Amino acid sequence: MASAPPNPAAATARRPAPTVRRLAPLVIFALLALLPLASMLGLPGHWLTLVTRAMIFAIAALSLDLILGIGGLISFGHAAYIGIGAYGAGILITEGQTELLVALPVILLACAVFAAVTGYVSLRTRGVAFIMITLAFGQMAFYFAQALSAYGGDDGLTLYEKSTLLGREIFSNRTGFYYIALGTLAACYWLARRVVASRFGRVLRAARENAVRVTITGYDVNHVRLGAYVISGMMAGLSGFLLANQTDFVSPAYMSWSRSGELIFMTVLGGVGSLYGAILGALAFLITEDVLSSLTQNWKIIFGPLIVLFVLFTHGGIAGLVSKLRGRRDG
Amino acid sequence: MTLSLLIVQLLNGLQFGVLLFLVAAGLTLVFGVMDFINLAHGVQYMLGAYLAVTFVSLTGSFLLGLVLALAAALLLGLALEFLVFRHLYERDHLDQVLATFGLILLLNQAVKMIWGAAPLSVPVPEFLSGNVRLMDGILYPVYRFALIAAGLGVGALLWFVVEKTRTGMLLRAGASNAPMVSALGVDIRKLFMIVFAFGTMLAGFAGAMAAPILSVEPGMGDTVLILAFVVIVVGGIGSIRGAFVGALIVGLVDTLGRSSMNDLLRLFMAPASARATGAALSSMLIYLVMAAVLFVKPDGLLPAKGRS
Repeated sequence: MASAPPNPAAATARRPAPTVRRLAPLVIFALLALLPLASMLGLPGHWLTLVTRAMIFAIAALSLDLILGIGGLISFGHAAYIGIGAYGAGILITEGQTELLVALPVILLACAVFAAVTGYVSLRTRGVAFIMITLAFGQMAFYFAQALSAYGGDDGLTLYEKSTLLGREIFSNRTGFYYIALGTLAACYWLARRVVASRFGRVLRAARENAVRVTITGYDVNHVRLGAYVISGMMAGLSGFLLANQTDFVSPAYMSWSRSGELIFMTVLGGVGSLYGAILGALAFLITEDVLSSLTQNWKIIFGPLIVLFVLFTHGGIAGLVSKLRGRRDG
Repeated sequence: MTLSLLIVQLLNGLQFGVLLFLVAAGLTLVFGVMDFINLAHGVQYMLGAYLAVTFVSLTGSFLLGLVLALAAALLLGLALEFLVFRHLYERDHLDQVLATFGLILLLNQAVKMIWGAAPLSVPVPEFLSGNVRLMDGILYPVYRFALIAAGLGVGALLWFVVEKTRTGMLLRAGASNAPMVSALGVDIRKLFMIVFAFGTMLAGFAGAMAAPILSVEPGMGDTVLILAFVVIVVGGIGSIRGAFVGALIVGLVDTLGRSSMNDLLRLFMAPASARATGAALSSMLIYLVMAAVLFVKPDGLLPAKGRS
């Protein structure tokens, strides 16, 4: 593929046509909003839980796409923010504080601080070094959680209560939880779109293409990147908070480096830089994982090769495939 | 901590560092020459250990088992190169990260299915068993000395090949400008394959040598891979000398941190909280060292020459 001569069709494969870009998210969110209806008509209730979980991971994948797809920074430690969000909820609940309005600011602040500090160090490097450093910081968070013996350590922490909003139990109803996850995802998507469309987002994208030129224009590239990194980390923390409330369990495994790898795969699966692609990628990933793991305990032996084949034979992920198909029809 | 304990811990740190060097050298060589991120490198270390388990128990001889394990690890590596890696050389780093990540999932699970999830062990070979008396009251296992010697020997060999031979010259040239080397009539594909096979063998060798002193279990490669990353980031990506220095730093800091952090914190903390904090801090220590190094020198301590 790399040796193929550049042609206009290949160039558009990475960036979907404007109509697709505008329509695809609407279709996705409409379908997601209607899914609980299908479950009323007989779709097994298990699907509602599965798609809720997928939407929670979609928030994290979306946040990763913001720095990976738009900013061109491959963070291999993004699971750490899921972990901080989840542990934030878990520790507060264990200490008897279930109020969401207390937990969320604490979690968002913790994620912002962790992202600002580690981002500041990581962004001194480029390319592969950046991948490896973010990976190392992710591991640091992982080992820290493992050593938290007061909160379960290696075994993880079971939560006997869920977070509440002004004392009301908003997470106990399955359909209710579904719509909370959907609403959060939609809000994050809207926010990410706004960020990308803003002057800040344009500088971020320009810096991916040519950092030197952006610097000459008078912008501080590292400031912009760090800002995006912090926003992204906070968004991923939000997904960790929801995840802890869905599974009633928090464990260091939430931050393992393979989880970070899975998040990268979700964004790439959906199509890097398209934002809504990350949502599709997370859905596709978790549904495939669910189907395969119901077939065999050794599902990774099928899933691993699927990832390899996907990388070897496709470009631009699902979003790329969509516009490729369209391109073929149009041409 | 007494002096004798300190000496033992220094030797342990050195031995761990040497092991990390063997893994990190292959990783950084492949990256330096081919600009290829191979996350599956840790899995190749794990395969080396598992193959050693099988061949040592099959042949009953450690040396024969080691040789067979190395040969098998090499063949597996070449098969992977042919099937997967060769198609990724010209792709971007993201594709390489993802595809090799998929390979890790596959191979970790395959190892679990073939050898089981329970940890296995290899007996220390008889001719290397026993202890050496360093001074009064300090005994150190012969096998660990042998491991240090083997690692340093391989390191010296590597230095000789890279710095003094024609192949090494092409490697260094390929690392700074592959298209130019190719234009001069060198078969770059073949060169890549040799580098890759060599890197694989180093990882496999490290795994096989570590098998008698570590428990051989699925996922053991993942931990080592991440430590190897830290090593090459600290040392300078693509530089063998950097990998050597980085490996020794990481090996010593990690080992000494784990053994002394508890005592150190106990000087100004209650024993219970010192134990908890010590456990967390000593796991994180090398990452803190890495962050500190990068803060001062973003390219690592001994960056490779000729790379931009």
